[in-house]
Amino acid sequence: MSNPKYMRRRALNLINMGASIFLTGVALFFLGWILFVLFSKGVAYINPALFIESTPGAGIPGGGLANAFVGSLLMTSLGILIAAPIGILAATYLAEFGHHTRIASIVRFINDVLLSAPSIVIGVFVYGVVVQPTNHFSGWAGTIALAIIALPVTVRTTDTMLQLIPDQMREAAIALGAPRWKVTVWIVYRASLAGIVTGVLLAVARIIGEAAPLLFTSLGNQFFTLDPNQPMAAVPQVLFNFAMGPYDNWHQIAWAGALISTLFVLVLMILARLLSTRKR
Amino acid sequence: MSANSLTTKAIALRARRMAFGRRADWLFRAGTLLFAWGVLLVLGAIIIELLVDAWPAFSRFGFGFFTSSAWNPVTEKYGAASSILGTLVTSFIAISLAVPMSFGIALFLTELSPRWLRRPIGIAVELLAGIPSIIYGIWGLFIFAPWFADNVQWRISDTLGNLPVIGVLFQGPPIGLGWLVAGLVLTIMIIPFIAAVMRDVFDVVPATLKESAYAMGSTRWEVIRHIVLPYTSVGVIGGVMLGLGRALGETMAVTFVVGNAHDIHTSLFMPGNTIASTIANEFTEATTVPHRSALIALGLILFIITFIVLALARLLLMRVERGRGEKA
Repeated sequence: MSNPKYMRRRALNLINMGASIFLTGVALFFLGWILFVLFSKGVAYINPALFIESTPGAGIPGGGLANAFVGSLLMTSLGILIAAPIGILAATYLAEFGHHTRIASIVRFINDVLLSAPSIVIGVFVYGVVVQPTNHFSGWAGTIALAIIALPVTVRTTDTMLQLIPDQMREAAIALGAPRWKVTVWIVYRASLAGIVTGVLLAVARIIGEAAPLLFTSLGNQFFTLDPNQPMAAVPQVLFNFAMGPYDNWHQIAWAGALISTLFVLVLMILARLLSTRKR
Repeated sequence: MSANSLTTKAIALRARRMAFGRRADWLFRAGTLLFAWGVLLVLGAIIIELLVDAWPAFSRFGFGFFTSSAWNPVTEKYGAASSILGTLVTSFIAISLAVPMSFGIALFLTELSPRWLRRPIGIAVELLAGIPSIIYGIWGLFIFAPWFADNVQWRISDTLGNLPVIGVLFQGPPIGLGWLVAGLVLTIMIIPFIAAVMRDVFDVVPATLKESAYAMGSTRWEVIRHIVLPYTSVGVIGGVMLGLGRALGETMAVTFVVGNAHDIHTSLFMPGNTIASTIANEFTEATTVPHRSALIALGLILFIITFIVLALARLLLMRVERGRGEKA
């Protein structure tokens, strides 16, 4: 048992397994570090003013993120309202009719590529097709950019979830004489409701933290507005401007906003996880 | 008589219903197909729009756009070289560090971790992917870059910086901001994507294969090295490409820490830029057609590079998926 070759193999094994545990620890350490920083820097600046007052201009003390919170929620929900129906219907074609036909494979492939496409390029695209023709930055432009980013996420998850529904359920309904559309709407959708909701939640989590596509579509707005025809503030975009800016109160607001938006996204992701695993 | 007419009525009703059902089916199918085409349409529209708006820059600067690092809004001379190089260098740093790290994590999750720890750690690594990129940027700018400059950077220049040939990569002021730190932040951001793919493909390896190797007396590492890795190599490469695609297109985090200078340096410590950071910084300020067009041309180049990388990744991963279907 103590021959040198065997010992060498054991040593190599131990070193590599040790490295594996160490590297996992490193990744968790960074997660912990970032969350710790967000809490220690952000908690102190979470106060009522953050939710009531709008973003302060250069050199003006105080202020909050009210306009940015509202802008983020408005553009995100509008974006989801556009992307979710389109995405769910497209995924319905893929899972219910397309299966493994050529067109379905191509759509899946392109969708997967769009899923990781650089969001800044989506911003440039929407600038070209919305901002330039209408001649002004607007909440609608930001909404469309976010919808384009959310679309592949919903298509991907809904497609996967619909495929998980066993074919026997569809066949049973068809055998009872139900037309295909009724099978899809009343059997398949209902059975995979949790999955579809998961997909939408993941899409929300993805777009609510996006800053890059908003920089030159919704632009940002110092004032409170509910009108998507106006330029509109969003939390990530305000964080970008404020963290880069020179004022202390800007930095404080940025830390508080960073903490809140990260927690929001992480809670959404955990919720989505719980929803999707309860089914299986 | 009356019973007879009732039957005819019922038959007619049934026929009408079936006809309606068929028409509704056709409509439903066509409708969903339309939206499926919508996905392709989005991609087509993006490419056409970028081509049209980038054309002025390409026709004006020609091939020199790719080789020049000039970036001067006053003289209206633009070149993409520094941005393209920055994108490639930062992504290369990120991928070369993230691959071994993700491999370690995937190995831990599939082979080492006790069952009860698997899910929490798996979720924790996934959460790393959920943190918005702007948060990585703020953390990188205020926390990581200063820490790195104070504690690590000068040590690297004192040691690696004195080496022949590669020494030039690690010289320069320890200011924190630059290609290296951008690459490091990117590393953390893409780890969850690569690790998730690796974990999934490692899980596909049939237990019998691994068990036979163990039965022959292999150590755990030998099983990984000679059974799991060869079996999953295609999927692993797909995951790496996926991570690379992410790194290439990442915007906000990089913009914070890359330093934003249109220069090409030999040192990784010097401030530079990437395609995405250049667009993010300058797009709203670009008021002239050449400037804006040059930025859109950058966007098009980025889109094409990431498209190729991501397409390759997906093709490789699809091959794994198909193989899984056949074996099952």
